[in-house]
Amino acid sequence: MKRPYGHMNVRRRTVLKGTAALGAAALVTPWGTPLRAQPTQGGTLRVAISTGGTTDSLDPGSWDSEFMNFQAHTRNGYLTEIGADGSLVPELAESWEASADASVWTFRIREGVQFHSGHVLTGEDVVASINHHRGADNTSAAAPIVADIADITADGMTVTVTLSAGNADFPFVMSDYHLPILPAQADGTIDPATTDGCGPFVMNNIEFGVRADYTRHDGYWKPGLPYFDAVEQVLIFDNAARQNALISGEVDYIDSADLNTVHLLERAPGINVLSITGTQHYGLPMDTRAAPFSDVNVRQALKYAINREQLVDTILNGYGSVGNDHPIGPGQRYFNAELEQKTFDPDRVAFHLREAGLSELTVDLNIADAAFAGAVDAAVLYAESAAAAGVTINVVREPNDGYWSNVWMQKPFVGTYWGGRPTEDWMFATAYAEGVPWNESYWSNERFNALLVSARSELDEDIRREQYFEMQEIVANEGGTIIPMFAAYVGAYSDALAHPEQVASNWRNDGHRIGERWWFA
Amino acid sequence: MSHIWTMIAKRLALGVVTLFVVSLIIFLGTELLPGDFAQEILGQAATPETVAALREQLGLNDPMHVRYANWLGDILQGDLGESLANGQSVSDLIGRRLGNTLALAGYAAAIAVPLSLMLGILAALFRNSVFDRAANASALTSISFPEFFVAYILIFFLAGAGGMFPSMSNFRPDADFADFLYRAFLPALTLTLVVTAHMMRMTRAAIINLLASPYIEMARLKGMSPMRIIVRHALPNALAPIINVIALNLAYLITGVVVVEVVFVYPGLGQLMVDSVAARDMPVVQGVALVFAAAYVLLNLTADVLATLSNPRLVHRR
Repeated sequence: MKRPYGHMNVRRRTVLKGTAALGAAALVTPWGTPLRAQPTQGGTLRVAISTGGTTDSLDPGSWDSEFMNFQAHTRNGYLTEIGADGSLVPELAESWEASADASVWTFRIREGVQFHSGHVLTGEDVVASINHHRGADNTSAAAPIVADIADITADGMTVTVTLSAGNADFPFVMSDYHLPILPAQADGTIDPATTDGCGPFVMNNIEFGVRADYTRHDGYWKPGLPYFDAVEQVLIFDNAARQNALISGEVDYIDSADLNTVHLLERAPGINVLSITGTQHYGLPMDTRAAPFSDVNVRQALKYAINREQLVDTILNGYGSVGNDHPIGPGQRYFNAELEQKTFDPDRVAFHLREAGLSELTVDLNIADAAFAGAVDAAVLYAESAAAAGVTINVVREPNDGYWSNVWMQKPFVGTYWGGRPTEDWMFATAYAEGVPWNESYWSNERFNALLVSARSELDEDIRREQYFEMQEIVANEGGTIIPMFAAYVGAYSDALAHPEQVASNWRNDGHRIGERWWFA
Repeated sequence: MSHIWTMIAKRLALGVVTLFVVSLIIFLGTELLPGDFAQEILGQAATPETVAALREQLGLNDPMHVRYANWLGDILQGDLGESLANGQSVSDLIGRRLGNTLALAGYAAAIAVPLSLMLGILAALFRNSVFDRAANASALTSISFPEFFVAYILIFFLAGAGGMFPSMSNFRPDADFADFLYRAFLPALTLTLVVTAHMMRMTRAAIINLLASPYIEMARLKGMSPMRIIVRHALPNALAPIINVIALNLAYLITGVVVVEVVFVYPGLGQLMVDSVAARDMPVVQGVALVFAAAYVLLNLTADVLATLSNPRLVHRR
C-alpha cells in the first residue's frame, strides 16, 4: 500500500485538499498506519498520567496539563488530526479548501457525527467551539493561535474561516488540543463546563487531580473504533509510585518514566519502554536586549561552550537527540539536515569571544527543575564544560514554585522547554517572531521576520523549503536560544497492550490518542 | 460539671478567634508569595493580555484588604466560595477530600492508638527487658526514617509483583468499605509506623513515672499482680499526658500526611492544599487551612476535656 502522505513530505496540494487521497487510504486502515496484528475489541485501559492537579478545569481554554490533554483526545473530536506519521488527516472536517492566497478556508463538516449526548454535529458547533477562544478579554490559552481569525461563519455543514493574513498551515492549527468541538447551546456559545464531546469515549466522571473514567462511545463515527470498552485515567505525580503501579499491574500504561531509573524498568518482566523523539525540546534562552547577550558573538560563544552529547547521555540518559539551536525537530517536514551541527568547540568559543572584544566572560544562569526535568543538573554540566572553554557560568538555582512568572523571561539567562508545534511556521511564530509574547529571548531579526511572513503563504514547495531552511540557519547562528537537546517522550506499557507500528510523535501518549489507537493484544 | 461546659464554651470561642487569625496569616502569607493566580494558572502559556483579562474576570485587581474582607464576609454567611481555577465550590472540593483524609486518619488511628497503648503498657511492665528495648528501638527507628522511605520499604516488601497489597490506594468512587480497607492498608500502616513511637513512649514514661508513687508501692505490698497494678491503678492517673499526645498525633494524621498521599496516590486534603498553594488559588487554600486549624482546635479541646474528666480532682472541684 502506498500511503498518500510520506513522513516528511506532505505535498502542498494534499494539505490544501485534505481528503481526496485519504479516502483511498481509509479503505485499508482507518485513520492509522499499517497494523502489527489484528486489533481485538474489549478490555479496560488503565492509564497513569504524570502531570495535572486539583486546579485543572473543564474549560478547554485552560487545558495545560498532560492529564487534561489526555482527556481532551479521549473524550473529544477535533476538526483535523495529526496522524501517527505526522501528516494532517481529516477528522470532523471531512475536507477543506483554501483561497489562492490561503486567507479564506472552507471546511466541509462530516455528516452524521454524534455527540455523547445524542446531539448531531453541525457547522454551528464548530463556530461556537472556536469562538470560545476569540474576542477581546479572552482568557483562553489558545487565544493567540486563533487571533488571526477575522471571521468564522457556518452555513449548514460548511464552515468558512477568513484570516487576517494568509496561512498555508491553518488546518494544522485546528488540530490544537485547546480546540475540541463541543456542542453549541441555543445562544451560539459552548458550555465550557460540559463533559459532552464527540470523541471515542464518553466521560462518566472526572475528579481533577485524581481520576477520570470513560466508557466506549458506541455511536463513534470511525468504523470499528475504539477497541477498548472503557478507560480509567489516574494521576500519579510521584515517579516511583507511577512505575510501581505499572510493575505491580495496577495500570497498563504510564505516560512518563523517570529517566534515571528507566533502565531498571526496561529489565522488569512484561514491561515495554516506549521512547518517541518528536518536537519536544529543552532550551536556554538569553535576553538578546541585555548585555552581554546583545552581542551575537557572545551568544555564539555560549552555544559552542555547551557539550550537547554529554547532556543527551547524562540528562536524558540517551533518550533523545542533540539539538542545533533551532526548534525544528528532525522528523518535521522542513527540517534542515544540511545545517552544520554545533559541537563543543573551545577554539570557536575563544574566536567568538575575541570577536566580541572580551578577554573573559562570566554570566549567571537562573534555572530550576520546573524548566525541564534535570534542568539544574544540565546547567551544572554546562558550567563545567564552559569552564573548560574559558567561560564562567554561575548556576543560580531558583525555586520551582513561581518559576514561570518570576524567572522565565524575567532574568536574562534561564531554562525553558517546548512541547514543540507540528509546523515550522507555528513554532517560529510562537516563540521567535519579533514582539510575540512568548519570544523568550526578546529576539528580533529583520530577515527572519520577513521570511516568516513570506513562507507562511508561499505556495511553491521548493521556495518554501528554502525559506524554512534559511530561517533555521538564522535562528541557529544568530538567535538567542541555546537548544542543546530534543528530549524523547519516554513512557512504558505492559505486554498486554498493543499499538500500531507507528506511534505519533506530536505529543506524548501517541498524540494523546492511545484510547483510540491502541488495543489489548 | 458546669465548669467543664464553661470551659468548652470559652475554648470554642477562642477557637473561632484562632481560626480568624489563622485565615489572616494564611492570606497574608499567600499574598507574599511571588506571582498571583492568573500568572500561575496560565504558567508558561501566559500572555500579558490573557493574564490581565483573567485578573479582571476574577476580581484579582482589587486591593488586598478588599479581597480579604469579601472572603471573610462570605465565610461569615457560611459560604466558602468557589475555586478560582475551575469554579467548583470549595465546600464540595474539601468535602470529598476531607472524607478521604478522615477515613485514612481514622484507619491509621484505629491501628496505631491501641497498638501503642498496648506496647507502652507492656514496655512499662517489662521495663528494661529485651522486649522493652526492642519495642523502643523499632519504634524509634520507624519514626526516624522519613515517611516516604517507610512507604517505599513497605511497597517493596508488601506490594510489587506478586505482593499482597496494592501499591496504589486510588480507589474507584463507588468502592465499598472492604475495598477501602484493602486499598488503604499500606498508607495506614505507614502512618501507624510513623506515629506509634511518640504515643508508645509517652504511655511508657507516664506509667513508669507513677510506679514510684506510694500508692503503687502499697498495691505492690498488698501482693497485687504487676499487670493489675498498671492497668487498674497507674494507667487512669497517667491518662492526661497520654490523651494529649494522642490528640497531637491525630491532628498530625489529618494535616500532615501529604507525602504519604503522594506516594500512595491517595486523594486527600494534603494534595489539594499543595496544588492550591502552587496555583495561588486563595479560596481553596483558605478553606483547607481553616479545616486544618479547626482540626487542631477541636482535637486539643477534646484532649483537654478528656484529661479533665480523667482527673476526679478537676471534675469534682470545690
